[in-house]
Amino acid sequence: MSALNKVGEYTLLMQKVLTRPDRFRETCKQIVREMNNLGVSSIIIVLIISFFIGAVITIQIRLRVDNPMLPKYTTGLVTRDILLLEFSSTIMCLLLAGKVGSNIASEIGTMRITEQIDALDIMGVNSANFLILPKIVGLVLFSPILVIFSMIIGIVGGYMVSIFTDLITTDNYLYGLQTFFVPFYIKYSLIKTLVYSFLIASIAGYYGYYVKGGSLEVGKASTDSVVMSSITILIADLVLTQLLLT
Amino acid sequence: MIELKSVSKTFDDKEVLKSISTSFLPGQTNLVIGQSGSGKTVLMKCIIGLMTPEKGEINYDGRNLLTMNRQETKMLRREIGMLFQNSALFDSLTVLENVMFPLNMFANMRYKERVERALSCLERVNLHNIGHLSPAEISGGMKKRVAIARAITLKPKYLFCDEPNSGLDPKTSIVIDQLIKEITQEYNITTIINTHDMNSVMENGDNIVFIHEGKLEWNGSKDEIITSSNKKLNDFIFASNLFKKVKNIEIGLMEDEG
Repeated sequence: MSALNKVGEYTLLMQKVLTRPDRFRETCKQIVREMNNLGVSSIIIVLIISFFIGAVITIQIRLRVDNPMLPKYTTGLVTRDILLLEFSSTIMCLLLAGKVGSNIASEIGTMRITEQIDALDIMGVNSANFLILPKIVGLVLFSPILVIFSMIIGIVGGYMVSIFTDLITTDNYLYGLQTFFVPFYIKYSLIKTLVYSFLIASIAGYYGYYVKGGSLEVGKASTDSVVMSSITILIADLVLTQLLLT
Repeated sequence: MIELKSVSKTFDDKEVLKSISTSFLPGQTNLVIGQSGSGKTVLMKCIIGLMTPEKGEINYDGRNLLTMNRQETKMLRREIGMLFQNSALFDSLTVLENVMFPLNMFANMRYKERVERALSCLERVNLHNIGHLSPAEISGGMKKRVAIARAITLKPKYLFCDEPNSGLDPKTSIVIDQLIKEITQEYNITTIINTHDMNSVMENGDNIVFIHEGKLEWNGSKDEIITSSNKKLNDFIFASNLFKKVKNIEIGLMEDEG
């Protein structure tokens, strides 16, 4: 199928998804369930990755930026900006596209091939809205929390490097964190996260919803959704950076 | 009553349903039979509204499905219960939650009333104390019964069953057939069953529609099947030696009685 057809199909699906739910109470319950399934279950992996990447970034920056002309607080400053501007939003959402996106596509795809979606349609339930909207809303609401956690723990990772190694002093690291701090960077990062979360959940939902065939196709849809979400996240990153930071 | 008038459906250039006209009465088990690829699944999907035929009318008690607007279709769907071939229970919900699902979505009832209604439906299909289990923890026969319970929670006027006996042992198949028949009569539902199971045909076929290569080839009751001279029907129904013997015995008995 041509890319244009897919865009059209995705747009039509979103038209069905982004409508008033059949029963608001049930959708709210689903949203809470999805926040737990997609968001809460991702906290541990986000914390682990952020901690180690924060620590590694600090070491790498300290080793690469070893110039007497540069102030000693540079390492803390650069680590903070990398985490705030790109790692905690874009890279973390690329990871979420793998974990959460494949989960959504395979769950909805399995429901399609086992006729559970047909069952919803026959009952008169808007299946696209009932299944995909709570996932989008749940992820969009919860991912900013994940990103904030990622920022904090990434910075803690760097702080641990300053404590347990003699590469950088704690004072220099903490001073670097506070120097030339631009609060808008956090807002910028959160705006990007909201857009990425929408893309991850809606694209994975699209691939899952239109699965045809059996378990092999569900696996393929899951992989395709991760690839497509990752590409769109990178394109969105380019566009949003241009729009928000220049 | 569901009435079909000259229903035709085409995929690309291939006519899968060729001007089918028939009617399905309430309180009867209406069976749609035919070889694989004969068009019976497409016919069922057209009747339910999952596919749209190019020509014809599908009337639910005089309301033509094909001319209904979205709201009317939505309202009609709430009068429909469906039993899928593989039950199609929601994996993420427990048995009780599955049965409560249509009530949660469409009924204006308090939580306690919804639970009571769901439990009474489970009782009706002879399932007790399994509400807390997930669909993965129950047998195929139980899944079918839970699916029947879910299909009847909103007291439907129309019940569709797609291969209700597939994957079940003969004894469980009889239990499911009996249950569908009882519920059909009890609630005066218009029930349409898509089946390959010849035992079901001979036991429960109040009204049988035989589809061959997209055409309605034969229409009658289970008693009329025995005496039918339609070659295509006989080739299909009495393909096995066992059923050939059954037919000969039945005809012999009829002649003795006659």
